[in-house]
Amino acid sequence: MSSNLFVITDQPIKPEEVSDKVKRREAGAITLFLGTVRELTYGKRTLYLEYEAYPSMAVKQLEMIGQEVRERWPDTLVAVTHRIGRLEISDIAVVIAVSSPHRKAAYEANEYVIERIKQIVPIWKKEYGEDGSEWIGDQLNQKTYPEGRPLLEDIPKDDLNHEEE
Amino acid sequence: MKILCFAHLSEQIGSPSLELELGPMTVASFVEEFKSRYPNARLDQVMIAVNEQFVEEDHLIGANDTVALLPPVSGG
Repeated sequence: MSSNLFVITDQPIKPEEVSDKVKRREAGAITLFLGTVRELTYGKRTLYLEYEAYPSMAVKQLEMIGQEVRERWPDTLVAVTHRIGRLEISDIAVVIAVSSPHRKAAYEANEYVIERIKQIVPIWKKEYGEDGSEWIGDQLNQKTYPEGRPLLEDIPKDDLNHEEE
Repeated sequence: MKILCFAHLSEQIGSPSLELELGPMTVASFVEEFKSRYPNARLDQVMIAVNEQFVEEDHLIGANDTVALLPPVSGG
């Protein structure tokens, strides 16, 4: 059952199909995050993107993130679908749905999931721009995590705590 | 040993997967061996997964294991 909560697909994602997976009678909130292809990054124009994944391991890593979320926010349920292949500007690359009895946990857990995807899920993005193409992720400022599990302290506090709402 | 390469690495090596007669050996010595066979491959910051699990440098890779070379990820 948990396997179809976490999906890598080469087909367009329908967000409602992802949020339906986490719908439950005890939920009072579902947060739905759509990651979309941005045209301009620091002034540089992207024409389209290509995503590549190690699909079987990506699903395992997403399941691990789901487990981490259950440990931190016990009453939440998470579903993630990530698209691979060629994506055009504004296409949906990733959809994250989190349901929870109360909204705060659903918001926090959802943001946690996208931060963790960017750290430990084997998916790579290649940007095709006006000046050619390049794989993203080997920038000099990127940190590596030999254990595949960055410490929670590595995730910016602002991404985890929203005490001042 | 089956080797899987992703992102820029599969382009530098010219193939997404390879079969090499190697192992058992540690991750650290595998990386050295791989560097000497494929000097063009940029392995800085590359993480290693064995049978779909991230492993440390001292992990022992078996001759029939699947080793994935994973550049820093950029999903989402």
